[in-house]
Order: sequence, then C-alpha cells, then structure tokens
Amino acid sequence: MTSIITRRRFNFGAGASAAALPLLGAGARAQAPLGVGFIYVGPVGDHGWTWTHDQGRLALEKEYGAKIKTSFIENVAEGPDAARAIRQLAQAGNQIIFTTSFGFMNPTIQVARQFPNLKFEHATGYQRADNVATYNARFYEGRAVIGTIAGHMSKSGQAGYIASFPIPEVVMGINAFTLAARKVNPNFRTKVIWASTWYDPAKEADAAKALIDQGCDMITQHTDSAAALQAAEQRGVFAFGQASDMKAFAPKAHLTAIVDDWSGYYIKRVKEVMDGSWKTGDVWGGIKDGMVKIAPYNDAVTPAARAAADEVTKGIVAGTLHPFTGELKDQKGTVRLKAGEKAGDELLSKMDWYVDGVQA
Amino acid sequence: MTTAILVSILMTLVAASTPILLAALGELVTEKAGVLNLGVEGMMLCGAVAGFAVAFSTGSTMLGLVAAMAAGVATAMVFAVLTLSLTANQVATGLALTIFGIGASSLIGAGFVGRTITRLGPVFPAALSEHPLLRAVFGHDIVVYLSLALVLGVSLFLRRTRPGLILRAVGENDASAHAIGYPVIAIRYAAIAFGGALAGLGGAYFSLALTPMWADRLTAGRGWIALALVVFAAWKPGRLLLGAYLFGAVMTLELQAKAAGITWLAPEFLAMTPYLATIAVLTMMSLGRRSGRLNAPACLGKPFSAS
Repeated sequence: MTSIITRRRFNFGAGASAAALPLLGAGARAQAPLGVGFIYVGPVGDHGWTWTHDQGRLALEKEYGAKIKTSFIENVAEGPDAARAIRQLAQAGNQIIFTTSFGFMNPTIQVARQFPNLKFEHATGYQRADNVATYNARFYEGRAVIGTIAGHMSKSGQAGYIASFPIPEVVMGINAFTLAARKVNPNFRTKVIWASTWYDPAKEADAAKALIDQGCDMITQHTDSAAALQAAEQRGVFAFGQASDMKAFAPKAHLTAIVDDWSGYYIKRVKEVMDGSWKTGDVWGGIKDGMVKIAPYNDAVTPAARAAADEVTKGIVAGTLHPFTGELKDQKGTVRLKAGEKAGDELLSKMDWYVDGVQA
Repeated sequence: MTTAILVSILMTLVAASTPILLAALGELVTEKAGVLNLGVEGMMLCGAVAGFAVAFSTGSTMLGLVAAMAAGVATAMVFAVLTLSLTANQVATGLALTIFGIGASSLIGAGFVGRTITRLGPVFPAALSEHPLLRAVFGHDIVVYLSLALVLGVSLFLRRTRPGLILRAVGENDASAHAIGYPVIAIRYAAIAFGGALAGLGGAYFSLALTPMWADRLTAGRGWIALALVVFAAWKPGRLLLGAYLFGAVMTLELQAKAAGITWLAPEFLAMTPYLATIAVLTMMSLGRRSGRLNAPACLGKPFSAS
C-alpha cells in the first residue's frame, strides 16, 4: 500500500516537473510565459471580493504583459471539492497559484504537497508550508474608519451590519466598526444579521430592509454584492461599500467603501517567482501597505465626520492608533485588553467575542 | 411595532415571494402537461440577464420584462427540442439547462456588471399609497399584481376550461390523449414555453425590481425553491400561492427576528426553517390517505413518442 502511494506521489511530482520543464531551461525561460493561476470562490462579476482579486490578476497582466500567462477558475465551492480545481491549475503548468478564500486552506495545502516545485499562495488562511504562503488584508482598519463616520452621522445611533459567517475576520470587523462608532457616540449600537452566505443579492437586500425597519440608519456589510446598498438608497439611509467602490449602485446612500487592493501584492510575489527569490511567508497588510483603501467620500459626509475619519486613517498609517486598544471589555464585561495595551495579531486572528454595543 | 413597520415587513415578504411564485407557477403548468423541467434556475437567470440588458439599453423596464419572458421561452425551447423532439432524458436535460443558463447569463451579463437601472416602481400613483395600510394594497409594482392574476388565471384554466382539461389529460395519460387525437407533443411544447416565460419573468424580477443590477448567479438558487414549491403545493395553483407567501414569510421573518435582536435562536437554525417547513409539509402530505402519491401527474418525466 505504501509503495503504491509513494509511486503515485512520485508520478504527480514527475508530472509537475515535466510541466515546469520549459520554464526551467534557461534558454526557454525568455520565451515561455510564467503561468499564474487563480481560484475564485465567487463569480468574477460579483463586483465584490472575487472581482477585486480579478482586478489584481488584470493588474498583473498589465504589468508583465507577455512575460506571464494568467488563468482562473471562478465559482469554486469551498471544501474538499476545491482540490480538484487547484490540481487542475497545477497540472496546467502554472508556476504560482493564488487560492483566494478561507475555505480553500486545506485543499491548497493538500495539493501543494503533491506539487512541491510549484508555489502556492492562500488568502486569509493560517496554514503554511515551504511552498505555501499566506496573505491577508487588515480590513478591520477600514472598518474603524467607516465606524467613525457612522458614529458621527447616525441620527438613531444604530447601525445595521449584514454579516456572512461568524469567523474571526468578520467578528473583528464588527468589533472594530462598533468600537470606532462608540468613541464618537458612547451609546452607539450595531445590530448584526447573519446572512449565512457570502453572496445572495436578494437576501442581502432583504436583510438591509429588515435592519432599516428596526431603526438602523447606517447599513454596512460583510457580504459581497451591492444589493444592500441599493436597498439603503431606496429607503433613504446611508451605507458603506464593501471590497470595491460601489458608488454607482447607490449614489446618495454610498458614503464611502473599504476597497481591497491586491494588485501590489500580486505584482511583488510574481516578480519574486520570476527572479527566484520567492519564499513562503505570511503577509497581513493594511491601509499603510495599500492593501486596504478608503474610497472617496460622498459629498453627504459632514466636515466633522470627514476630519475624524481622516484622523483615524492617518493614525493607523503612522502607527499611533490601533483600532483595538485597551481597556477593552467583551459583552460579558470580561477585560480582554488592559488599559493602553494594543491587540496582537494572535488575539485578533482568534477573535470570537463581541465588544459592548454589538447585538449579534 | 408600528403599523408602518408591519406594512414594510409585508411588502418585503410579498416582493421576496413573487419571483418564486412566478417560476413555480410556470413549472406547475409544465408538469401538469407531464414534463419535468429542472432547468428553472437556468431559465430564470437567462430572463434576469436579458431583462436587465434590454432595460439598461432602452431605458424601459417594461421592455425589459417582455425581453425576459422571450429569453425564458427561448431557453425553454432548447429543453423542449431536446426532450420532446429528440426524446432526451428530462432530468438530465433539465440539469444541463440550469448549468447552461448559469454560463450563458454570465457571458451575456459580463458587459453589464456594475451598471444600474431605475428600479421597477409601484404601479399606482404615490398619492394612493401614502397611508401605510393603503400602501399594503396599492404600493406594489406591476409584476406583483400580474403574478396574482396569473395564479387565478392558471387555476381557472386548469379546472374550468376545455384546453385546461386537455393539458391535464396529456399529463395524466399521454398515450390515451394521443389515441383520441390530441397533439401531445404540440401541447407539451406550449406548456414548456409558458413555463419558460414565467421563469424568465421571475428571473427579471430580481434584476429589475429586487436588486436593480446584474450580478452573476443573481437568483442564488431560488429556481430550486420554486421546483420544491410545486411539490409542496401538490400541483394546485391556490396552494402554490399560499406556499410561495409562506416561504417568503419565513425568509423575511428570519431576517426580521435577527434584526430585532432575537439572539436565543441560533442564526443557523433560523436559516434552515424554510427547509424544515418543506419537510414538514411533505411529510404531512405523504401521510394523507388521499394524496399518497402526492397528486403528481401520472406521466410526469416520461418521454413520449407517437408511434
């Protein structure tokens, strides 16, 4: 049994090196383009999460032109099934493969083991290997900025938050938003609806309507479509875009958006594959690194809110402001961070508790 | 809770139910003629993208609705030719139609991502729906009223008219219907076309009224709910209306409960309630003595060739 597995592994390895051969020959290297593969969880047309990763892919093509050849597989279901899609890109001769959703973590590691000569990059995961690096963005920094605006501009003092799944990244966002809003208005409350989906435009819109019915006049979301913004526009309340500038969908309601920008990271990492300096690692970049950006403010954003939001952005870039600074208590009153203490990445990446003011 | 909020919840409920109701009603007629078309989701998506494309290009949501129905019919005809004229397996063809619809709508819609149009508005003047209670009656868009009229129309057609009787005969016993001279294949073509038109209209309700935009897989699986709803309703239009609004109510109230801060119920539990309701109703129906075989048309899913 063992020998069979070994042989199978060997065959996989041989296949991979055969695919890679044209790239290894020094002479061929000049002509053969470097294969760069992407696995997307949603459709490229979602105008949200997957769309921003695809913008990164397009930026790669623009940067390197004929030197690379990119390909992608969209709408790949998370979980074990994803292994097939990843393997397909690996066998197609790609040298580096970006898998862009949390649920692709185990399949990425699994396929990477079978293709030791290829490089893999997994977005938002925590498992690494010699040929698997991870990367993520500090979206919570952007949440702190929009939370500040919400705190200034909400009349009812209640924001609605359409959340996908209670994973640390989402919990972190809810907390950062609420903390920032409560710095402005200590009575601020955030009502959370778990949509149990990343992408269902009609449900996202209905969730926004339910939150507005219950008195929220600020809508923010951690789901991928612009539907919630449209519902906010229709009902005359304010909202924030997610992943990309969604102003076109809701010109009046859209105050600003947290914009993901992966292009800089992709360009850097592909360059490293080209010159052979690629190493595994873990990158968690924020506003300072240009991975998280704030879209232009709507004219409706008041001067006071604008100034306060800019202040938060500047503080984060300068390193003088951390959205999670103690004293920080959770909903039950347990002290999670002592006065003056700043949250470390360890605490953030395992966050499973809510700050006061969150109704989830 | 004020009247305004209750009415607002009701409006959301009706809007959420309407596309499912339309698609399910079309499928009901198709199945009554003995054809099982599992491609509802694909037809809905083709309707959604065609409706949006035409509404965006012409600026007219009405033209968009017409185009959506045409696109639904066109997609349904692919299914009809394969299953009726070439006697392909209906289940496999229907599944293929869904996959085709997802791909085709994505391809056609690629140029429309990120564009918006004016939402399909209420049909009556705003003055009529200033009071919340009046809004509950007069505040809807044209598709909502049309869907209610269609339920009544289909119900009367199937129960009270001769063509309706013939359509049911074709679904119950195609060989006999053929023997006494009815054009089984032609009637099934018509039923599939009707199903496609309503699925297309239901799909367009997403891209023109609920979320006036085009995004891939906009319907997010509602076509499958519509299919389940036909069984849930035991192939009866009146019960279909009830079922669609029940589904809409559960979907809407789930979100309202979360927004109102009912936290003792797990969100995962609330999310599965519509499906629990389906299982409960199916179980009750199966236990009923008279509807032991769920009232399904006898020839449902069976290919027919006049030889």
